[in-house]
Amino acid sequence: MTTMNSPALMPYDDVIAQFDPVMGLEVHVELNTKTKMFCGCATEFGAAPNTQVCPVCLGLPGALPALNRKGVEGAIRIGLALNCEIAQWCRFARKNYFYPDMPKNFQTSQYDEPIAFNGWLDVPVETDEGVQVFRVEIERAHMEEDTGKTSHLGGATGRIQGADYSVVDYNRAGIPLIEIVTKPIVGAGKNAPAVARAYVSMLRDLLRALDVSDVRMDQGSLRCDANVSLRASADSPFGTRTETKNVNSLRSIEKAIRYEMQRQAAVLAGGGQVTQETRHWHEDTNLTTSGRSKEEAEDYRYFPEPDLVPIAPSREWVEQLRATLPEPPAARRARLQEQWGVNDTEMDSIINAGAVDLVVATIAAGADHTAARKWWLGELARTANDQGVDLADLAITPADIVDVERLIAAGTINDKLAREVIAGILAGEGTAEQVVARRGLQIVGDDSALLAAIEQAIAEQPDVAEKIRGGKVAAAGAVVGAVMKATRGQADAAKVRALLLAHLGVEDA
Amino acid sequence: MSELITKTAAELASAIASGAVSAVEVAQAHLDRIAEVDGRVHAFLHVDTEGALAAAKAVDSRRAAGERLGALAGVPLGLKDVMCMEGIPTTCGSKMLEGWRPPYDATVTRRLKDAGVVILGKTNMDEFAMGSSTEHSAYGPTRNPWDLERIPGGSGGGSSACLAAYEAPLAIGTDTGGSIRQPAAVTGTVGVKPTYGAVSRYGLIALASSLDQAGPCARNVLDTALLHSVIAGHDPHDSTSLTDAVPDVVAAAGTRDLTGMRIGVVKELGGEGYQAGVRQRFDEAVAALTSLGAEIVEVSCPHFDYALAAYYLILPSECSSNLAKFDGMRYGLRVGDDGESSVEQVMGRTRAAGFGEEVTRRIILGTYALSAGYYDAFYGSAQKIRTLIQRDFNDAFAKVDVLVSPTAPTTAFKLGEKLDDPLAMYLNDIATIPANLAGTPGMSIPIGLAPEDNLPVGLQIMAPARADERMYAVGGALEAALLAQWGAPILSKAVAL
Repeated sequence: MTTMNSPALMPYDDVIAQFDPVMGLEVHVELNTKTKMFCGCATEFGAAPNTQVCPVCLGLPGALPALNRKGVEGAIRIGLALNCEIAQWCRFARKNYFYPDMPKNFQTSQYDEPIAFNGWLDVPVETDEGVQVFRVEIERAHMEEDTGKTSHLGGATGRIQGADYSVVDYNRAGIPLIEIVTKPIVGAGKNAPAVARAYVSMLRDLLRALDVSDVRMDQGSLRCDANVSLRASADSPFGTRTETKNVNSLRSIEKAIRYEMQRQAAVLAGGGQVTQETRHWHEDTNLTTSGRSKEEAEDYRYFPEPDLVPIAPSREWVEQLRATLPEPPAARRARLQEQWGVNDTEMDSIINAGAVDLVVATIAAGADHTAARKWWLGELARTANDQGVDLADLAITPADIVDVERLIAAGTINDKLAREVIAGILAGEGTAEQVVARRGLQIVGDDSALLAAIEQAIAEQPDVAEKIRGGKVAAAGAVVGAVMKATRGQADAAKVRALLLAHLGVEDA
Repeated sequence: MSELITKTAAELASAIASGAVSAVEVAQAHLDRIAEVDGRVHAFLHVDTEGALAAAKAVDSRRAAGERLGALAGVPLGLKDVMCMEGIPTTCGSKMLEGWRPPYDATVTRRLKDAGVVILGKTNMDEFAMGSSTEHSAYGPTRNPWDLERIPGGSGGGSSACLAAYEAPLAIGTDTGGSIRQPAAVTGTVGVKPTYGAVSRYGLIALASSLDQAGPCARNVLDTALLHSVIAGHDPHDSTSLTDAVPDVVAAAGTRDLTGMRIGVVKELGGEGYQAGVRQRFDEAVAALTSLGAEIVEVSCPHFDYALAAYYLILPSECSSNLAKFDGMRYGLRVGDDGESSVEQVMGRTRAAGFGEEVTRRIILGTYALSAGYYDAFYGSAQKIRTLIQRDFNDAFAKVDVLVSPTAPTTAFKLGEKLDDPLAMYLNDIATIPANLAGTPGMSIPIGLAPEDNLPVGLQIMAPARADERMYAVGGALEAALLAQWGAPILSKAVAL
């Protein structure tokens, strides 16, 4: 039975056979400036409610905005990194609508004069035919302020329906946001969901490299709204679109777009019409539900913000900012691939694991690239996957990896112990040295202790010892194994072997 | 009636600085005067007796400690209720903000306090500064001390009336379309709207952000200049604040000879619709300017004819957005929150109950003018006219140093006379609005009484942006000449309250 919450879906292959998808992605990025866009309040995430507020961001009568130059700087750098033109002159506008989390009942935003426009981003997309580069064109990147955050309390769902009351935290109000809007993304076909995911993923990496945002989708510092429509073919006019909000992870972007394509296709195939509306993605149930209908679209009555003067970034300033941009991702990839001596497939796996920056940082901190890759792509990638978190969010730093490597090189620990040390660091037990000390993981390097263990092992396996004395050096492994077991792995196997042979008076083969 | 209350601000400041009188005595004399007459005038919405006396006492202590006092230290002042003052009720003349006490000082308030100016209280005004008569105050009208049956101008009628009633020698006004100058004209006082951006708007509760400008009000040009010097200057909290040095308006106010000054009479301001006595006094004042050595030139500003229409699109548009914050959610009035109603319903009820008729009218006008499909025709066209008016000013100031006109078309009208006719009310500001649209400064000084009603007439002096000192020069010279002619300040001709 089809209910409102689980509408009919067309099988994906049929969707592709019958329709051509068109997407538009709007990404909101919270800048990591120390202060808000229009006042001096702090922007720390997670502070007690309404502790980072002042007359300006509370919209008290008489208060006026004063522009944060760092916010403009971040916007221009993002625009440049997205190959945009930077406006010679632009203004803020007021977007007027009533909502309690917006203290002034208008949002100070840019409207028809964005600071950056006409850009593009080349995005590598994994397809059935291998990695293909897809160019996503950027319509604009503009500055605006974030709103406060409303929580609906007392109900079962946390949604406004059924809540007893609502509370608003204005700490977030006035935090600088950059909205990055793509031009309609056409021609992606069956890869449309993958293109969207790859675009946001690449954008996230780019923003991280620019160091302009924390880009934490889980904390809302990177948010994506996905506009999706279907048309009969690439020659047809655009169909009616829906805008899916609340898409808070890369995986969700792909899933939500795929879902909307299948849902809209079923509607259209059934002779219906797609309603132009906002839809909400539900992470738990993997479906979208209808939100506000755009037919009763609000008229935001935009007009130029009279409390702020126009922004006219000098070309000198723009060029200074351009000089601060990190290397473009494609060029960087080629360079790193050559430096590390890895092939395309290996590089893809490093990129897909989200390990590039971490490996680079680990090398910069003193590790060699083989070791850096080994740890991030092996042990740590597995841990991140098990925990369902990003590699970068694990509680271990490149410096920690370098410490571990240093301990291995010094012979203090071996490879096996190193894994335990890393587990200890991840568990918050301190630095590599501290974990080694606390867990007692040091290799047993004391000859007399090892000899005691060897004698014990020989006593337990006298026949094996006889064979070795008789020249069957290969049999030494059994004794070495016993010693390693007795020392719980905290011995250097090669050293044990050498001591054993010396003890038995046998020359190594 | 203490003789202290008829002194000028400059005289009081000097007497306090020399120790001839204490700031506390001066404050007390004015508080007594308020107690005596304000029941009839209603210039004040809130009198801060305790705060005023404490501020005065602080000035006296500083003097006793040998500190050098500022030019206006210890001088009392009435602060228009549109300006935030920490901990002191600030209502904007509206029920919407009844009981609200700002947690911060406006920059103007802060500068006054830092200068040792003694703030007596908050003066009455048309609700959210919308009006030309102060009849739109939610707390009842202010009356003109010249004739209690007449209006004191608006929106800053409280500030002009407190000067004319000798309740304070200084006041702060704000001028969006004439709210400093027109009240000054109809009460026989002096009021200045400085260049847009000269005085910080931080803490001034906005009516129309691109037009609002705070300024000094007093009973003479020099006092106005002294107050101007205290409140003007760059403020990083206001992005539209000028970074220029404040011009030496005090020195300019001492000008007594206008030789070499070219003064333009604006052809479009002064013809039909202007009261005969207003025109007569204006012509005499122009003759006086000639006697002072100025060269008089008639100039035309053809687009001034469209100023009122453009103003009544731009102002309501900005005001509809600026006043959106008054929704009952965070501060001020909240109506109909019965636990059952939605946020939108409570917002709607609060706004319906909290705003008066004129405010509601302008919010609706502005909301309409900014609507999709109407924006270009209304707001867009109005902005074009604004540009044309700025060009008219530029062309005029290429020929002359300052422009003059009557400040208001008529003398003070009777309470209630224009209350039901918004258009007639709006016409009061016909001569003052162009300067707001262009961001240029304007001053009104008294030039005599209209023969037909014996009520004060004001002359408006307009200067180019950032040349405020020229108005003070012309105003200072003309005032001195008229004083010599009259033998006593104009207010001495008003009937005693």
